[in-house]
Amino acid sequence: MTQAKISIQNLYYTYEDGIEALRDISVDIPPNEIFVLFGPARSGKSTLLRLLNRLSDLDDGLAQGAVYFNGQDVFTRSMNVSDLRRRISMVFAIPTPLPGSIYDNLTYGLKMAGIREKGELDRRVEQSLKQSALWDEVKDRLGSSAFALSGGQKQRLCLARSLALEPDVVVLDNPTSGLDPISTATVEESLYSLKERYTIIMVPHSVQQAARVADRAGFLLDGELVEVGKADKLFVQPQDQRTEDYITGRFG
Amino acid sequence: MNRQQTNRLAIGVITGLAILVVIPIALVILFVFYNGIGTINWEFITAAPRNGMREGGIWPALLGTIFLTFGTAIISFPLAIGAAIYLSEYAADNRMTRMVRLAIVNLAGIPSIVYGLFGLGAFVLFMQFGTSILAGSLTLGILTLPVVISTAEEAISSVPQQFRTVSLSLGATRWQTIRYQVLPHALPGILTGVILGLGRAAGETAPILFTVAAFYLPNLPRSVFDQTMALPYHLYVISTQVPGMPLSVQYGTALVLLLIVLSLTLAATFVRTSMRRRREW
Repeated sequence: MTQAKISIQNLYYTYEDGIEALRDISVDIPPNEIFVLFGPARSGKSTLLRLLNRLSDLDDGLAQGAVYFNGQDVFTRSMNVSDLRRRISMVFAIPTPLPGSIYDNLTYGLKMAGIREKGELDRRVEQSLKQSALWDEVKDRLGSSAFALSGGQKQRLCLARSLALEPDVVVLDNPTSGLDPISTATVEESLYSLKERYTIIMVPHSVQQAARVADRAGFLLDGELVEVGKADKLFVQPQDQRTEDYITGRFG
Repeated sequence: MNRQQTNRLAIGVITGLAILVVIPIALVILFVFYNGIGTINWEFITAAPRNGMREGGIWPALLGTIFLTFGTAIISFPLAIGAAIYLSEYAADNRMTRMVRLAIVNLAGIPSIVYGLFGLGAFVLFMQFGTSILAGSLTLGILTLPVVISTAEEAISSVPQQFRTVSLSLGATRWQTIRYQVLPHALPGILTGVILGLGRAAGETAPILFTVAAFYLPNLPRSVFDQTMALPYHLYVISTQVPGMPLSVQYGTALVLLLIVLSLTLAATFVRTSMRRRREW
């Protein structure tokens, strides 16, 4: 087996008020797979995602344990957080364009990284928009405001904005929330083609979506990783009773 | 009385009270305008005072006020923007921060004559700037800090939090996030605060009394270390210290001062409105 792209080991996360959000999470995620993290609301999915690239630094909580990215502990003081966030790029549940044009949005992260060369910026813009299936819809109006896009287009713009950084890992927190079935299918299809180049970790919109897109999946319940397995087994023959109850819709 | 009638009565009373607030302001402006407009002509604006200030114009005082206003802006803008960024983006909620906030609130409550005395002690005497535009600008700059800092802080905090999160998540550093996502959107609000502060500074008399203002100085200042006349103090002088002063000159001077302060306030309102209209979110 190849080295894990991301390895989480005995990870705990405690909120400021003492409530434990994550308890003893350990899981290895190999490169070029779609790993789906599913579970009921408030089970700690988003919290776990934010820890991967230390967006959790913005929250008032305490993390214990380790997250290794390409074998390197992300919590070490010497870790360049900006660089880490470019390597492990996050797409939020609520698509939030930055004020400015579509082009500005796609090149923002690159410019902050010091990439100013016009040819390179243009290449990344086109490539990321094609990868997120948005190119044909916006190629003639890259200069217009990102706020003028529809909900589904904004969602794909935010995905493209992350892809423009050419990261190693793309972390998606419910990337199809509020999308109609057709836009959802578009996003899911782009995910399939993306995993050739990227490792994808995502929180799905529903169990059905989890089963559709996942290579492997993990079931998170009340801050505990109940079960991890290959999707074709986990969604058909779960080992844990709680996983089965959730998948079959007995709760949550 | 049924509910509709009560409703109408309540709205009537509240509207009446709101109008009551406008009346004194309108009266002051109209009164000064009516009495002063006849005095204002090209000579009054551009000539130096003559004959014990009873004749001639107000040019040295007007120019002095303009210099002082610029000086105040140069001092207060960077200080306030720095303090506001620190308070809203970096400061942790600890004793130090609370002390800084308390200091700002109290700074707003200090009588302006105390600023004047402080300026005399600190800038004129201790730092040996003498009675000068520099000392006056520094004093006025400190005076405006509370209002400028609090408006700037408000403008910075009103930039949606998600923009910061998104910017950081795309690998921007904290400072890049402030520089490219926060300040550009907060700038019009910050400017509004600065202009409001300048409006206050332009009209103050007490802080400039011991730090810069000259009783009568027809020559224009040549450096920041020179004294200068200034409109508020000039108005005070010609209203109380000069016997046989024609009323028309007093009203004319008051009108010019009022117009300066009002136009600064209007400019602040204009900046704020145009900012709201341009905003995309």
